[in-house]
Formats: sequence, C-alpha cells, structure tokens
Amino acid sequence: MNATAKGAPALSFARGVVSIAVVLLLWELGARSKHWMAGDLSAPLRATLGALGFKTSYLPCVGAAPPPTGVLRSWAAILTDVGYWQSWAKSFLRVSGGFTAAMVVGIPFGLLLAVNRTAFGVAFPLFEVLRPIPPLAWVPASIIFWPTQELSISFVTFLGAFYTIVINVVGGAKAIDVRYFQAARSMGSSRWDLFRRIILPGTLPSIVVGAVVGMGITWEVVVAAEMISGGGSQIGGTSGGGLGFFIWNSYVGGSYEQIVVGMISIGIAGFVSSELLRLLGRRVTPWLSQR
Amino acid sequence: MAEPALTSSPPTEAPPLGLAAGELVASGVSRSYGAGPERKEVVRDCSFTIERGKLSVMIGPSGCGKSTLVRLLAGFERPTEGTLSLDGAPITGPSRDRQVVFQESALFPWMTTYDNIVYGPRARGDRGEATRALAETLLEKVGLQDFRDKYPPQLSGGMQRRAELARALINDPKVMILDEPFRGLDALTKELMWEYCARLFEESGRTNLFVTTDIDEAVFLADRILIMANVPTRLRAVLEVDLPRPRRLADVAASDRANDIKAEALSLLHEEAMKSFAHGSRAAADFVEAYANRRGPR
Repeated sequence: MNATAKGAPALSFARGVVSIAVVLLLWELGARSKHWMAGDLSAPLRATLGALGFKTSYLPCVGAAPPPTGVLRSWAAILTDVGYWQSWAKSFLRVSGGFTAAMVVGIPFGLLLAVNRTAFGVAFPLFEVLRPIPPLAWVPASIIFWPTQELSISFVTFLGAFYTIVINVVGGAKAIDVRYFQAARSMGSSRWDLFRRIILPGTLPSIVVGAVVGMGITWEVVVAAEMISGGGSQIGGTSGGGLGFFIWNSYVGGSYEQIVVGMISIGIAGFVSSELLRLLGRRVTPWLSQR
Repeated sequence: MAEPALTSSPPTEAPPLGLAAGELVASGVSRSYGAGPERKEVVRDCSFTIERGKLSVMIGPSGCGKSTLVRLLAGFERPTEGTLSLDGAPITGPSRDRQVVFQESALFPWMTTYDNIVYGPRARGDRGEATRALAETLLEKVGLQDFRDKYPPQLSGGMQRRAELARALINDPKVMILDEPFRGLDALTKELMWEYCARLFEESGRTNLFVTTDIDEAVFLADRILIMANVPTRLRAVLEVDLPRPRRLADVAASDRANDIKAEALSLLHEEAMKSFAHGSRAAADFVEAYANRRGPR
C-alpha cells in the first residue's frame, strides 16, 4: 500500500464531514432567510421563470422548513421524553421481529428453491407473482387477516425483507461455480456434505447482501406501515406508535421540527442496523475481506 | 506475492504417498450436445489409452473438445456412445480414483489452504492422525506451510495451483487429470510449475493425464503425447517422448531429440489447426499464426 492509499480513510472521512456540514449550513441559511424561492431576493429568479411560462406559485419554499438549529433544539427537548425512546424501541422491535422472521423463513426457503427442482417448479412462479406486490399494498389485507395490529405491522415488515432475502439466496446458490461441485464429488462428498460445505458457505455472501438490503427495506416498510395503520395507537397514543407514527403525529400536531427529528432518527436507526449487519457479515465471510 | 523457491528433495525423502496407478481406456466414445438441428458433436468415435504409470499429455487446438473428454473421464458427464474405463471397470461417475485439477483455480474460496487440502478425507469422514500428518507433509511438499491459514484469494497464482495439486494428491488417486492447469500463469511461474510437476510425477510414478495447448509444456512433461484432431475430436496421433528422466528445463531445451519431437508434433498440430481455421475458428487462427512464427528460426 502506498502513502495515498493509507491516507484515504481519513481523507474520505473528512470529505463526508465537510459535505454534511455544507448541507446543514445551506439548510440553515435557507430556512432563516425566508427568501429562497419565495422571498423578495428570489424575485428576479421568479420573474425569469414566470417569463418562461412556469407557475411560480409551484416553487418550493425552503423558508417554510424548520432550520437545523430549531430541529436540534426540539431534539434536545425530547431526548428526556420517554415517549420518544419508546417510539424507537417500538420500531426496532417490529423491524427486528419482521427481519428475523424473514431470515428464518427466507434462507431455508431460498436454499430449497435452489437445490430442489421440484420445489422450484412448484413455488417459484407463485413467489414471482407475489413479489411485485409492494409490502405496503398488503397493509389493509394484513390488518384484516391478523388478530392484532402489532402482528399485522410485523407481517408487512417481514414481507419487505423476505423477497429480497429469498431472491439473493436463490441467485447466490445458483451462481456457485459448477467445478466446486465436481471437485467435491470427486473427493467423495455426500449430498449433505455438498450442502453443508459447498452450497451453504458459497451462498453466504449473497445472504449477507440480501440481509443488508432487506434491512433497509424493512425500515422503509415499518415506518410507512406505522403511519397508515395509526401506529397501533391503541397501545398508548404517541408513546406506542413507533417512529413512523411519531412523524405522523408531529405533522398532525403541527410540530415541524419534530417531523425532521423523526426523519433523522429513522436515518440513524437504519444506518446503525445496516452497519451492524455488515459487521456481522464480514465476520461470517472472512475470506472476502482478506486479500 | 513472490514465489518461494521450490526446494528439490531427492526421491528417497518422498512422503508416503501411495503409488496407486491406473490405466484409463476410452473406446468408441462420442459426445454430443443438444438435439435436432442444434445438435453439436464434440467428440466422435474417440479411442485411446492412458497408460499406467506414465505421464500422457493430450494436446490439440483450442476448443477441440479436450475439456469435454476431461469431464467424461472424470465422470462428471456420460458419453453419448462408447465406454470409458479405469483398470477395466466402467466409469459411471466421479470417484476419488480420478482427481481433476481444473483450469484456473477451483479451490474453495471459503476455506483456508489447509481446509482445502483436507477436504477429501473429511468428506469421507477421515479425521485421523495419519491423514493430518499426510496433509502436513503435502503442505511442506508444495511449499505452503506458511500459507496454511490463508484463503485462496490471498495466494499467488502459482501457490493456488500447488494448493490444488495437494488437495487432489491427498486422495491418493489412481489417475491425476490436469486440465490446462497452468493456463494464465506468467511465463516464469509456469516454467517453475513444469519442473515441479515433472518432479511430483517422477517421485510418485502415478498415472497422469495432462491437457494443454502448449507444445513446450507437452514435450517437457510427457512420456507420450496424444495429438487430438479438431472438433469433433478423436485421437490423431501418438508421439512417444523418450527423453530421460528426471528432466530439467535446461536439458530439454538443449536436446535435439526434444526439438525433433516438437517439430513433428507441430506439423501434426498445424494440419489440425488449419482445418479448424478453415471452419472459421478464431482461436485456431491465432494458434496457426503463433506456431507459424515459432517454427521459423528452428
């Protein structure tokens, strides 16, 4: 490794910090100025766009958004609020429940489809018909099917990760080099041995990819499901609704700062979950990182 | 990564690898793929014998069907017609008696060098002390003691090839089938591997079938060269290579006899390559060109 490559992580970290800082600064300025796209200073821009035939009333107004400092203040204020942390816990539980179920069901199912032609023939067409249905389209049906709202949200969350995991497992297992099977069979591997020592480790990298992507989808789905279903509000108002309901509730209550607090919270939650999975993924696939 | 020097060990110190050697026979073998107008015949009425305890090299133009023959001999595929046998017993599937070293690396990427090498014994439920000792001997023999806990992507090309040789050898096969094993290695590593491969063979006396498109590789390694016709392939000619063993690169390079054999093989190969050239194979065209250039200054 040369000097430039060694300095690369620090440099790329610095770049990340600078880019976030610049965005925050522009946002702060825009929110405070009350001028961007809407105020007097934007008049020439609006006149130009108007002359070109644009309806200037359609322009967004950055000034209407809460500034980052306001968001921070609002965040600091609710950090001690138990309800806010209960929203975190609620969403985390739903995500981990749905995600774990998707892994537990999805991995064996995907492996079965990959190794068994009959199973593939029977189940894959059905799977492919169901797969394009967005998990959120399942929300009303799921509320009818499942006895509790909690179960219905978890089920929709499960669907979000399930398809991605299965597709990755099937694709990963089928992409294993045929020579690995040939070599293993020449050396006397039984079917079980082939499965355990070739198919399983050979599919592991794809399982990790499927899990990381699936985790991201799970967060998208849980938040939307909480918004639509009212966040299981019978459990206890704001406190029981999860982060999705937290955002929705802030919007209804007119607390725009809290909307952004909720959004950033989800961003952080999703990032932490994905990083944890990547870390775990690297642990179980050591041969990929050691070059 | 630098290639570690391969220290030469006299045959007396050879590890206790078995001296199993078998005879492979193909008789009237045909293999075609597809059906109807799409049907492509790759091997047609092909018969040959891979003699016991000899190193036979199969050579022929690229894409002539050599790899198909390898898959048939290994038992990964069945012939459309004809029979293949090892020591008189028909070949019906893969077996530890016939180990294949593949083109490029087919080491399991998720296993360390050591785990790759002991794959075969473990697959057969053998975790005994003797096997472990044999694995250590083999690791040393292929010069990979210091790389036992590395994963294949961490090894150089030459190391990967040696690890794969060890993984096959530990199964003590009757026949080793090497399908263009040194393809893709740089010239220097390749020549080291030739000497290495020759020494392994000279120490064990195991039956070897070595498939290649490289005439220098063929002449250096072979006891017999099987020249294959262009697709659909069959045996075109057999050349006996009566150069003394143990062989060293310098000796073979300086040998007039070696050059005569090479010239004879080249003229036969040239005919086959011209035929495939006429059939429009791009690989064969390159082949003709390359050998036409090489024949010149001889």
